[in-house]
Amino acid sequence: MTSIPMEYYLVLSGFMFSVGIVGVLIRRNAIVVFMSIELMLNSANLTLVTFSSYLGNVTGQVFVFFVMTVAAAEAAVGLAIIIAIFRNKLTVDIDKINIFKW
Amino acid sequence: MNITEIIVVSLIKIVLVIVMILVAVIFLVYFERRISAWIQYRIGPNRVGWKGILQTTADVMKLLLKEDIVPSASNKTLHTLAPIIALFVAFSTYAVIPFGPDVTIFGYQVKLMVADVNIGVLYVLALTSLGVYGITFAGYSSGSKYSLLGGIRSSAQMISYEVSMGFSVAGVLLLSESLNPQKIVLAQSGWMWNAILQPIGFITFVVSAFAETNRLPFDLPEAEPELVGGYHTEYSSMKFAGFFLAEYANMIIASAMITTLYLGGWQIPYIDKLGLGVTLTTLLQVGAFFLKVIFLLFFFIWVRWSIPRFRYDQLMSLGWKVMFPLSIINIIWVACLIMIFNL
Amino acid sequence: MNLELILFIVLALIAAVSAVMVITQSHPVMSAIFLILNFFALAGLYLLLNAQFIAVVQVIVYAGAIMVLFLFVLMLLNTSSEFKVLTDKKFIKFFALLISAFVFVQLAYLIFFTKPSNAVKGNLNVSSQIGTIQNIGKELYTNYIIPFEAAGFLLLAATIGALILAKKKFE
Repeated sequence: MTSIPMEYYLVLSGFMFSVGIVGVLIRRNAIVVFMSIELMLNSANLTLVTFSSYLGNVTGQVFVFFVMTVAAAEAAVGLAIIIAIFRNKLTVDIDKINIFKW
Repeated sequence: MNITEIIVVSLIKIVLVIVMILVAVIFLVYFERRISAWIQYRIGPNRVGWKGILQTTADVMKLLLKEDIVPSASNKTLHTLAPIIALFVAFSTYAVIPFGPDVTIFGYQVKLMVADVNIGVLYVLALTSLGVYGITFAGYSSGSKYSLLGGIRSSAQMISYEVSMGFSVAGVLLLSESLNPQKIVLAQSGWMWNAILQPIGFITFVVSAFAETNRLPFDLPEAEPELVGGYHTEYSSMKFAGFFLAEYANMIIASAMITTLYLGGWQIPYIDKLGLGVTLTTLLQVGAFFLKVIFLLFFFIWVRWSIPRFRYDQLMSLGWKVMFPLSIINIIWVACLIMIFNL
Repeated sequence: MNLELILFIVLALIAAVSAVMVITQSHPVMSAIFLILNFFALAGLYLLLNAQFIAVVQVIVYAGAIMVLFLFVLMLLNTSSEFKVLTDKKFIKFFALLISAFVFVQLAYLIFFTKPSNAVKGNLNVSSQIGTIQNIGKELYTNYIIPFEAAGFLLLAATIGALILAKKKFE
């Protein structure tokens, strides 16, 4: 473990986070936007686990456990919302779901 | 042991286990057909070889020589990937199943399992949760409505039954205080088998194992009368053989898991009181493991040819309204056992 | 080059490439598959970091449950070819790349050019035992018992919410 500098993990995590940002902003399919958010959550998890391992402190991994719980809840409710929208509008294109925007 | 020796020993074990599974699957298919014939008062395969024992080999040869048809509406990459995932998941699960106690061969201390992983049980659960991808991808990539329906049914079914499976395993973990399969087996010495201590958990685990392996009465992903063949409708030749092999390999892994977690693994109660030699004891114990697995495989086949298929809503309500509460009751039961008897 | 570094490079490359593929694939199902690949690479990295429990939970929860849910919805809706992949507002595309590049450069700067705190320097040979199930379980059921219960409550609320949202009629 000590043979790999901690920075490598952190840079990978930063890269995944940036990719997630691009995905959220440019994709039109609501489900893919959701996946990009999962990507960002995972990059945050990688940072937490990295620090937890290198500092010898278990708190980071406990926190990752909670992040996963929240991600599961978010996926369940979010996908239910997307299905509800699809029932009404027959699309999951977020550029077309603009009924509140006048 | 240095690193080269570890690699060589592991390779030998991996090859042995894979060969064992392949041979076991060939005989399992033959026995399934013979037993089904026996249950239905037919004769069954009896032409190829002595009493038809080479029938499966002939079938495999036939499948390999057939044309591999890829439907034009399919997603080609996924169509090829699906059976590979199914096979990979089915085979890699065997890595953590202990076949017997630690033995000494040619001066080496050898563990009778491919990998002694501390979190072995979680590893098996993780891999079974991946098994759903093989079927889902197969259903999606075929570009056929029957396949798609089979794929969707299977993903819902396997996710639902994974929950009660996980909760049943939690009861075992409470008693053995470890996730290491070998330690779980050792915790069940004498008559302290988990099947006896926590019968409810045993039943929920067996039912969930049936659902996870897509065997009748839960074979809704295939369901020939309604879905033609479910997720593998559009598969032929080698790829179909892959799914077939994975299904039977999953059956063996389910039996091995039930044996390890609930039926005492390779242990024979009170065998050390008989005063047999070390070698003989070990051989008997390994034999006991395989006997238990073979009995469970017979049970799988027996159930398949005795109980009709569930309807889809019945399957779901059984999973969520019966098996899931029962597995939670089992955890409370185990907790009470531990509190009262200080197990 | 030692074995750990090679493993890290391979896994990191898989993670990075699959992350890019998630947002560039035109078909949402392919995006989901690359996301699954990304989660696997991350599970491998967690194993390299001696976080075995998190690695297995990553596979069980993310790859085994959440992504199956995604695939399930994608298959049911099957909205593959009905609209264009990317948004057609030019400035959004431009700003998205700009913002993410900015964030990445900022993060990289923070990672490489700031002084590491004493804690990071001092504890480099910690035991590999902190990621075991025993440790995390002990921590969860003692120091973090209230957040743990809250997480359970959150899951219950999410289940009920998803059920009500996915029902055919609102009453």
